[in-house]
Amino acid sequence: MSLDFNDETFRNDFTFKNSPKAIKRFPFPFPEDSYMYSVNMEPHVPGPKGSVFEHMFDVDEHYVAEMRDRAQVLADDPLRCQSLPHMELAGWDLLELIMESKARDYPQWFELHKNGNHWHWINRPLQIEQKFTFMDPTTLPCGPMEYITRQTQGDFTLQDQRDENLWVEAGMVTTQADWSLDFDIGMNFHQWHAPVPKAHEMGVFDRALKFLLKLQHGAPVRRFNWTMTVDPLLDTSPENYPKWGPGKTTMTPETIGSRQHLRVELQTLHRLPRSNAIAFPIRCYLIRFEELVTVPKWGRRLHRVIRDIPDELATYKGFLRNKPLMVDYLAQFDDGAPTSPGFWAD
Amino acid sequence: MSVGAPKIPVVVTEVVQVNDLIKRFRFQRRDGDAMPTFSGGAHVVVEMDDHGTRRMNPYSLMSAPSDTSGYEISVRRDDVGRGGSLYMHTHVQPGMEMVLSHPVNLFPLDNRAKKHLMIAGGIGITPFVAQMAQLQAMGGRFELHYSMRSPALGAYAQVLKAHYDDRVHLYYDEEKQFIDLKNLLKGQPLGTHLYVCGPKGMIAWVRATATEMGWPALSVHSEEFLAPPVGKAFEVQLAASGKTITVAPNQSLLEAMEANGVEAPYLCRGGACGQCETEVHRCDGHIDHNDHWLTDEQKASNTKIMPCVSRFAGAALVIDR
Repeated sequence: MSLDFNDETFRNDFTFKNSPKAIKRFPFPFPEDSYMYSVNMEPHVPGPKGSVFEHMFDVDEHYVAEMRDRAQVLADDPLRCQSLPHMELAGWDLLELIMESKARDYPQWFELHKNGNHWHWINRPLQIEQKFTFMDPTTLPCGPMEYITRQTQGDFTLQDQRDENLWVEAGMVTTQADWSLDFDIGMNFHQWHAPVPKAHEMGVFDRALKFLLKLQHGAPVRRFNWTMTVDPLLDTSPENYPKWGPGKTTMTPETIGSRQHLRVELQTLHRLPRSNAIAFPIRCYLIRFEELVTVPKWGRRLHRVIRDIPDELATYKGFLRNKPLMVDYLAQFDDGAPTSPGFWAD
Repeated sequence: MSVGAPKIPVVVTEVVQVNDLIKRFRFQRRDGDAMPTFSGGAHVVVEMDDHGTRRMNPYSLMSAPSDTSGYEISVRRDDVGRGGSLYMHTHVQPGMEMVLSHPVNLFPLDNRAKKHLMIAGGIGITPFVAQMAQLQAMGGRFELHYSMRSPALGAYAQVLKAHYDDRVHLYYDEEKQFIDLKNLLKGQPLGTHLYVCGPKGMIAWVRATATEMGWPALSVHSEEFLAPPVGKAFEVQLAASGKTITVAPNQSLLEAMEANGVEAPYLCRGGACGQCETEVHRCDGHIDHNDHWLTDEQKASNTKIMPCVSRFAGAALVIDR
């Protein structure tokens, strides 16, 4: 493994960790000391150099290990990747978007050479070289969406747009916060969001859908979501709940700093050109509490957010049981000093 | 288009007189880069500087979606309209620099369809030209029925016939040839989707016939962009920006707002997409609701207006912009 990428695991011995550099660029999701749902979308435009927003698709030190974990999840459960037949065109759109972005943004790792529809893709970190014919699925080892998302961090869903709604009809989902593609596939926007509390009364989903139906090619948007995860597990799926759910019951004041992780999703939305579908990458970033509190502002703020969050939300996000332990642990890093606005570290 | 969405700076590389009424325009990027690919049925908004009046008209893309070297549109001259098509016909020449929006598709193919049945009237042929090219490349099953006034005014009819052969059926009004719609709809395989683009009357006829014959509403798709109608000048108060503006006879309310430095969201500028929907605070008079977006109840209550196509007559109109 090259020096750029960690040799680490997200299961069994859990050797995952963030380097000081990765901590510094962690996408801390709270711009203020409290949290409530909102349609918090903003243009997905390039952010500061070195930040997770610098490029369209962030490739970080966990890349190779995350792709190894994805391959393992798929070997155990192939239904984590599904695409209904009419979504293949959207898969090609996604493959093109990712290959072009990565080759442009990380030329030291990725190359894409095109001669008409004859494409040549090189992925150095994963030691992949592939010559194929664009739009001809027989020239790839698997479908286009599966091919490129086996080489790209984050989960992906593809939404068809029709009848004034969005329909989740393809996806690669192995790093999810307790939801299932196999269960949701074929649902529309309101159906797959049905379990989310409070947001319906606030009209959040009607407004979000209206916004997304008009999402334009060339103008992607992004938002954050977050939850809590015990141990650095990427695959917290309902299918595997018996394997990871009980871990929540074994937390102690001694282990919470090292085992409790804040799990942040950087979600982006892209209109795809040929299919008119919408691609929804959901990129998961994990950080253990011990790592997070090395940034004083984040330690103070996370304490206040968790302390004040309504129980209904803590229940939905699956951490109500350990909320008191979290608040007690985080309190020692909150001296009551004011925090600066925005999520960047001071 | 949302305010701030990216635009494409282009140069006009070709202007072709297709027939007495229609000209075709080709645009390429000024920087020589590739255009974005698009999906058949998409349109772009063409920005025009018509002697100080900013016009932004939507036109369906008719070039092949996979051709990223340039975009093509066809414009039918409307001698009694507000002037956008006349401007395109009389002023736009090869070499001229213009600005396009990114493609937006409000008339997409349903990719689940087992077969795509397309009904075109007149200039309504243009989105189908792009859709057929895309379906041909993907191996999709389609059939076009294209009705026009005469062979002389039937743009692209012979080219399409030569290219797609028995998948294209032509009908000339002057020769008393008409689409036998009932029999056509009766003979379609299960899972067929029906698309219609053309004059208002044709869309209504096709929709009504399909409904009558029991076609599922969600299998029938239509697109009709309205040109903003001309009318009498009227005054509007913009509550959010604190301005009172006058809308000229050949200007839309949306254009008048833009001319006064008030940016409002838009996509189609033709009453179809809903993006510019605006709250009405006070309406002391009559709104001419010319859009396809608001429901009849909303129109009757005068609580919302679509500034891209609707007009007003009366004592006072106050809207939330």
